[in-house]
Amino acid sequence: MSDLLYSEIEDDLRAGVRSLLDDTCPWTDVLAGTERDAPYDAALWKRLGDMGVTALPVPEAAGGAGASWRETSVVLEELGRAVAPVPFLGSAVLGTAALLAAGAPDLAADAAAVLAVPLSTAPGARPGGVRADGGALTGVVTAVADAAVATAFVVPADDGGLYTVDASAPGVRATEVTALDMTRRLSDVAFSGAPAVRVGGADALDAALTTGAALLAAEQLGVAERCLAMTVEYVRTRYQFGRPVGSYQALKHRLADLWASVTQGRAVVRYAAGCAARGDADLPVAAAVAQAHCSPLAVRAAEECVQMHGGIGFTWEHPAHLYLKRAKAASIALGTADRHRAALAGLVDLPA
Amino acid sequence: MSTAPPDAAELDRRVAAFLAGHDPAETEPREFLRARFDAGLAWVHYPEGLGGLGAPRALQPAVDRRFAEAGAPTNHPERNGIGLGMAAPTILAFGTPEQRARFLRPLWTGEEIWCQLFSEPGAGSDLAALGTRAVRDGDGWVVDGQKVWTSMAHEARYAILVARTDPGVPKHRGMTYFVCDMTAPGVEVRPLRQLTGEAEFNEVFLTGVRVPDEHRLGEVGDGWRVATTTLMNERVAIGGQAAPREGGMIGVVAKLWRDRPDLRTPGLHETLLRLWAEAEAARLTGERLRRQLAAGGPGPEGSAAKLAFARLNQEISGLELELLGEDGLRHDDWTMRRPAEVDFTRRSPGYRYLRAKGNSIEGGTSEILRNIIAERVLGLPAEIRVDKDVPWKDLPK
Repeated sequence: MSDLLYSEIEDDLRAGVRSLLDDTCPWTDVLAGTERDAPYDAALWKRLGDMGVTALPVPEAAGGAGASWRETSVVLEELGRAVAPVPFLGSAVLGTAALLAAGAPDLAADAAAVLAVPLSTAPGARPGGVRADGGALTGVVTAVADAAVATAFVVPADDGGLYTVDASAPGVRATEVTALDMTRRLSDVAFSGAPAVRVGGADALDAALTTGAALLAAEQLGVAERCLAMTVEYVRTRYQFGRPVGSYQALKHRLADLWASVTQGRAVVRYAAGCAARGDADLPVAAAVAQAHCSPLAVRAAEECVQMHGGIGFTWEHPAHLYLKRAKAASIALGTADRHRAALAGLVDLPA
Repeated sequence: MSTAPPDAAELDRRVAAFLAGHDPAETEPREFLRARFDAGLAWVHYPEGLGGLGAPRALQPAVDRRFAEAGAPTNHPERNGIGLGMAAPTILAFGTPEQRARFLRPLWTGEEIWCQLFSEPGAGSDLAALGTRAVRDGDGWVVDGQKVWTSMAHEARYAILVARTDPGVPKHRGMTYFVCDMTAPGVEVRPLRQLTGEAEFNEVFLTGVRVPDEHRLGEVGDGWRVATTTLMNERVAIGGQAAPREGGMIGVVAKLWRDRPDLRTPGLHETLLRLWAEAEAARLTGERLRRQLAAGGPGPEGSAAKLAFARLNQEISGLELELLGEDGLRHDDWTMRRPAEVDFTRRSPGYRYLRAKGNSIEGGTSEILRNIIAERVLGLPAEIRVDKDVPWKDLPK
């Protein structure tokens, strides 16, 4: 079994990313950003790129950092913790994983290739709607995450092939839609005879979605941790009936359970990231377990955050809703917990 | 001055050298275990001279594996869980050099079994309310009271005992921690039959039991702090065992599911998959905890592991009975027995279901564990305590 703890390098990486996010990505800015037209925080995205954390699993020979999905997982924990409005998942995770699996790492170095699938696509699914015809793609992919940053799309087509398409090519049009998660923008992407290059097949798509599910769990862990911390801080200082509301067992027992669940989240996330980094054959199980645990964990943490903050937690001016929207949308992304549990039936031989 | 602690390679070398000098097939088991202790290969993270070499705790499993592979005699740790898991770390942390030298070696070899005299009929979750009295008498103490939920008391040579030495101060301050000789006059052990029909535990009646002062662990009045160390170790011991995937109760139900397609329903399938994923998450968490422990001491994460273990055991054993249908109506045996260890997997499903009910009560109820996590980890304020500054003797009982 891989090491479930964090290495010193990972601790340092976390500290660096957290410091950047604390300085440049306070929730007040995140909230303000949701009411601007810019689909993501371009300045922050550039600084993350300059730090090298958007291309950690890409080999150095291809212009990446030559690290692995383990370190990437640490970055995602921090991005989730800050509910950072950057297009990391669609590009630096899904796009990069698809390209690496397809043996085309060169496009991944600047994390600008985005996987064009509906964000709700579960590992093993075959999203339809795009036809490949003589080196050109035609069709529409809805609810693509982070399409706005794309200089290229990685597109699964009906023939089972995985294609790359230049985002600025004629016949490619991305239209932003209003998303439940205000900090991860979605677009419908239309291809009409867009010139495409085949780089891989369904295996690469599966690898990208499975790796994505394993890594998304890290982001969900970060969301849960921040929601828990915010809530604990609040119930310690909020007085009603002459005492802190956090002294009531009706609240503290729920928070204790949540903390216990977070400690489990850390273990499943570390294991899944380790499996992804090693290309371990157990990755599908690890990813399914991580999603089955972390999707509901993040949702519960965010829902408790709203509830235990009482009235203030229900307002626009409090960050809880940013996390609630991220958590709920993420629980649908890359397969619901239910789909991941159902997948385990086949993976570990527990048939219906 | 001692030299640097041995690394994995050095330990490997020492184990090989030890085995070369003590053929497991030829050496009498007790002599073998004593020699292993004296060679510092018992618990390598303990100090030199006390069965260890001051090595990192993480290196212990490899040492144990080497001995097991060589067919070495075992100290039967399953028979002395309280001794190894709770008494030993407490003696190491608080014992005098004489106490360490006297108790640790026969404890580790299994020659002396230990039990725990903590809980009382009137002091369960509120352990600090305990009323067993220890009264100073010359160079020792005289102990009177009743203890309960004492596993292995009927086989134990020694007990770790917490008793009240000063009823005139608030409850946490007036306790003292002792080692009690279970063969001393005035110690009476009676089996306590539980809802499974068997008696893993005992009631222990202490009537005028003399405990010499050299069997006191820690300062007079410092018993609560000493006991807290013990209890943190217990939670780790209960919640943190190593297990392969499907190693616990979930493996039993998964096998039943595979063997009996006729029992399957969609609803039970959903429940099974949920519990399988949760059991795997708990297993990985236990594995992570063990690695953390290798670096430091026991922490509050042990409480989280125990919470999850209790809930999962209860849910999974409940699912098993439901899945079995008619067979779930039968039970194997209600005979009164005295099992030395709990074995969930060898008894019937009904036993598993019933025994698992104890998991959220023994070693700290789940409710108390949640308080501990909320207060010690999350820093949430404690419940209002009506007994906080009241002398123990004035508390309502």
